[in-house]
Amino acid sequence: MMPINAKITKIVDETPSIKTFFLDLTLDNKPGQFVMVWIREVDEIPMSPSYSNAITVQKVGDATSALFKLKKGDSVGIRGPIGNGFTLSGKSILLIAGGVGAAPLAPLVEVAGGKKIKVKTLLGAKTASELLFVKRFRSAGDLQTATDDGSDGHKGPVTELLDELDLRGYDQIYSCGPEKMMSRVLEMVKGANMASKTQFSLQRYIKCGMGICGTCSIDPSGLRVCVDGPVFSGETLIDSEFGRYARDASGRKVRL
Amino acid sequence: MDLRTDVGGLRLKNPTILAAGVLGTSAASLKRVAQHGAGAVTTKSTGVSPREGHPGPVLIKTEHGFLNAMGLPNPSYHEFVRELEAAKGDVPVIASIFGSNAKEFEEVALGLNKASPDAFELNLSCPHAEGYGMTLGTDPQKVKEITEIVKNAVDVPVWVKLPPLMNIVEVGLAAQEGGADAVVAINTIPAMVIDVESGYPVLGNKVGGLSGAAIKPVALRCVYELYAALNIDVIGVGGVSSWKDAIEFIMAGASAVEIGSAIYDNINVFRNISKGIAQFLEKRQRTLDDMRGVAQK
Ligand SMILES: Cc1cc2nc3c(=O)[nH]c(=O)nc-3n(C[C@H](O)[C@H](O)[C@H](O)COP(=O)(O)OP(=O)(O)OC[C@H]3O[C@@H](n4cnc5c(N)ncnc54)[C@H](O)[C@@H]3O)c2cc1C
Ligand SMILES: Cc1cc2nc3c(=O)[nH]c(=O)nc-3n(C[C@H](O)[C@H](O)[C@H](O)COP(=O)(O)O)c2cc1C
Repeated sequence: MMPINAKITKIVDETPSIKTFFLDLTLDNKPGQFVMVWIREVDEIPMSPSYSNAITVQKVGDATSALFKLKKGDSVGIRGPIGNGFTLSGKSILLIAGGVGAAPLAPLVEVAGGKKIKVKTLLGAKTASELLFVKRFRSAGDLQTATDDGSDGHKGPVTELLDELDLRGYDQIYSCGPEKMMSRVLEMVKGANMASKTQFSLQRYIKCGMGICGTCSIDPSGLRVCVDGPVFSGETLIDSEFGRYARDASGRKVRL
Repeated sequence: MDLRTDVGGLRLKNPTILAAGVLGTSAASLKRVAQHGAGAVTTKSTGVSPREGHPGPVLIKTEHGFLNAMGLPNPSYHEFVRELEAAKGDVPVIASIFGSNAKEFEEVALGLNKASPDAFELNLSCPHAEGYGMTLGTDPQKVKEITEIVKNAVDVPVWVKLPPLMNIVEVGLAAQEGGADAVVAINTIPAMVIDVESGYPVLGNKVGGLSGAAIKPVALRCVYELYAALNIDVIGVGGVSSWKDAIEFIMAGASAVEIGSAIYDNINVFRNISKGIAQFLEKRQRTLDDMRGVAQK
């Protein structure tokens, strides 16, 4: 599939490090699927749409910095949607989001809301100003926040909020965020016998986005994050590389 | 139906091989392909030092086939040797290697030899990494020299992968003189694609290599000419996605086929092709050996 040209129609500052780029096309994706965003002359990187016509991006390196320099009227190339996305099921769901990991979960709770599914969200960030999509999560259901510095909600990792919940009370659990956070979620859902009912959106180095190059294959299953994922059941991730290491652009193992 | 085949010094359970650079970056990925029916698997090409590869887009699907400019990303043989070791066990594992000269090829071969791969495939044909691959593979003298040095360094079979040249026979003969156990034809064909909305070449590296159905007739011609001129085995690669494609290559003279781009549609492609070949042979009461080179008229 060739990249489609997309014009930036609006840019919204969400937090000091995160911006949303609205595009003049409908991405037509299921929440949790992703698109490859081609920033010309720089790189092509994976992003999970945060609205039907937008991506929400945290500035972390070369390509995301180049994207942050683009203005309304500039354009990028879009290839996708790619991957499986989240599967919505049950009557009551729990979400655990960290940082920019809230991007694919916000559209999920909106779809859930439309289906009258009860939603509880635990949202974490470094500090209050970095909490993403607070309003969207709050209007879709119950929201509890956590910040590292205690500037909003619970002081400490968002996963500590799980201690007070009966995880078995939910039909399905969803998580996206830093891998350290998600790997703690996996431990806890495993303990509660809920691993098979928990869906994680993984971040791995994605190059081709077509399941051909093998860059994003995970150990020991060999499953490809780009086309077999990026959403995996907790059961698939137990005793895998998840939470322990990932591979960089050259294929070298990097400890998390 | 018995599809066991002797190819370039290896015995395979069937004549379908995973092509280099596709799902070959980790042991887990190679093993997954083996479990889906491949007769052998080839690793991603590995070199002396880590390379991140070219910036994206690195792979594009067009109506005419795939274009890639991965840029030979690899973690170096120092790191990859562990992956190679772990990949062994299911089916023969072929280590694809590259370098900028004979000495580098020797260094990588010796480094990976510790993991006892079943064979080496010399990438003398990648079209989009300057100073590597095709730059060397167009020069018969260099091809002979590199084949010789690797052949002397290791005890397992050495295959030489060729670019789609007009004078492919000349280069194939050089590989044979250097002691190659088989030649593999072909690697991707230099190509590009331009985005008309923006005017930019789409691949991050601007030019890359064409693969998939579009290059099958080119690859067939190469295999046909090589089989007629060489005494060593020829392995066909380029656009194989069905048993018919595989039979075409075998009729042109191929001992086996490698499959790359077709895993996009289905990772079961190896099993499906083996099944189709078996049915074809059964119907005619023929063996693979009977069919090999029948198109050489
Ligand atoms: C399925 C998926 C969905 C994603 N969705 C979002 C999103 O909605 N919003 C968001 O801000 N980020 C998202 N990311 C992460 C985002 O792709 C990376 O932050 C981005 O690629 C970094 O590029 P860079 O050049 O700015 O950073 P670099 O300087 O290249 O690297 C910074 C970090 O980003 C990682 N990274 C770099 N390139 C890639 C790549 N091609 N694939 C995966 N990781 C890479 C590196 O491992 C490194 O840790 C997603 C990642 C995946 C896999
Ligand atoms: C994404 C991609 C990466 C590749 N990487 C390598 C490589 O590292 N070494 C190599 O010798 N060939 C490489 N190739 C070429 C293939 O092994 C094969 O020769 C070519 O794709 C033609 O076969 P196909 O039409 O079945 O894909 C690569 C091809 C693709 C599509």
